[in-house]
Amino acid sequence: MAFITCSGASFGYETGVAVSDLDFAVNRGDYLCIVGENGSGKSTLIRGILRLKEPVTGRMQTGDDLKPDEIGYLPQQTVVQKDFPAGVFEVALSGRQNRRGFIPFYGKRDKQAALQNLERLGVAELKNRCYRELSGGQQQRVLLARALCATEKLLLLDEPVSGLDPLATSELYGLIETLNRKEGLTIVMVSHDIRSAVEYASHILHLGNKQLFFGKTADYLETPLCKRFLGGEKS
Amino acid sequence: MIAIITEMLSYTFLVRALIVGLLVSLCASLLGASLVLKRYSMIGDGLSHVGFGALAISLATGTAPLTLSIPIVGVSAVFLLRISESSKIKGDAAIALISTSSLALGAIIIALTTGMNMDVCNFMFGSILAMSVADVRLSVALSSVVIVLYIVFYNKIFAVTFDETFSRAVGTKAGVYNMLLAILTAITIVLGMRMMGALLISALIIFPSLASMRICKRFKSVIICSAIVALSAFCVGIVLSYWYSLPTGASVVVVNLIIFIAFSCINLIRGGLRKS
Repeated sequence: MAFITCSGASFGYETGVAVSDLDFAVNRGDYLCIVGENGSGKSTLIRGILRLKEPVTGRMQTGDDLKPDEIGYLPQQTVVQKDFPAGVFEVALSGRQNRRGFIPFYGKRDKQAALQNLERLGVAELKNRCYRELSGGQQQRVLLARALCATEKLLLLDEPVSGLDPLATSELYGLIETLNRKEGLTIVMVSHDIRSAVEYASHILHLGNKQLFFGKTADYLETPLCKRFLGGEKS
Repeated sequence: MIAIITEMLSYTFLVRALIVGLLVSLCASLLGASLVLKRYSMIGDGLSHVGFGALAISLATGTAPLTLSIPIVGVSAVFLLRISESSKIKGDAAIALISTSSLALGAIIIALTTGMNMDVCNFMFGSILAMSVADVRLSVALSSVVIVLYIVFYNKIFAVTFDETFSRAVGTKAGVYNMLLAILTAITIVLGMRMMGALLISALIIFPSLASMRICKRFKSVIICSAIVALSAFCVGIVLSYWYSLPTGASVVVVNLIIFIAFSCINLIRGGLRKS
């Protein structure tokens, strides 16, 4: 059984169906990129994967020992966070918020885990800094550390490089690749950046209000869809 | 200075006011940071106006003010939260609608029953004499509940304030904690309203946290700093109001304003130093 299995699912709002005909699976160790234009249903699908939204038809299941709340999520930054007075360590630690069931306070192990994950992403020396004073790339690493505090299995990244400069972008892609290849984490990433998607990902899911393609990246590169999408970016 | 304070403490009504005021200030400052950061500060303001309407009803019907206001304001808190979460109606406009309507209703009820008298003025701007012994008991009990709940759920409240979507994704019931915040805010506002005044109580929520956010870099230090700011502002405010015969609520707000300006200056000077 795969981590995430989506069979014949569609998601929508009161105003209509946002994305339909979804048939894909995410297996342990995969690196799936979800691509598509604005309004193609990517954000809706994310809400579906996170179980914040139930499918209108079909099914969205988690399996292979992955519980629905074991998805480490890296959301897009909100306006609130830009001027939020939080310490880096506080942010990372909040990834452990549901690890202790009904006990409302963090223990020693939670604090160690937060510190280890900050180290893993190379931002441990920032742990006493204020989150809002960090650069965009550093903030993303801190949020990634928080996501890793929540899970060791699957990361769901929503446009992780948007707003980053080219150097920070390639560093973050490198980091995510390491987490996938060396540490065996499963990655699901939503991205605008089709070039990097085909460069790094093992699988591609192309959306256009319905599923246009799902399969291995190598197969995707052969499709007219991909050529048009890549070519369209050039002009 | 010490002579003034001992003189003040010899009046039992002032001691009562001091106990309730300090507890309410503490509750308000704890809740303030989350409310301000979640862009909920207008809910506090809206609730205090609803509270005015509730006080008017209790005056007209002769019921005890707190026992009637707490449920009314609590229900309104839940309602206001729902409105500001739904995207269909603009949250701030809806809050303005509700707060002005309750003010209007309150004014009409008062005009039809007792008429605009000193009591009404006290509702608006607060009165140091408002606290009876029963009120003090209720205030101590309820504000202890607010403080204990806040401390127990502190980590969750921080997580939900910082990033609600992430919290929901890892299985935290964010809606429950938003509701908790709204209800605790309602309790705090009702408890403090008659001393601080319906028009001024939301300052207790907003000012200490806004001031602390100028100078603190961590959420925990923001909370601790705003608690200290709120408690000291209340003490200084009440002494000033006694000494110069000023209205208590207004004096406390002005002290808060001065602290806010001072902290903003510190922040500006720090920023300037860092650049140069």
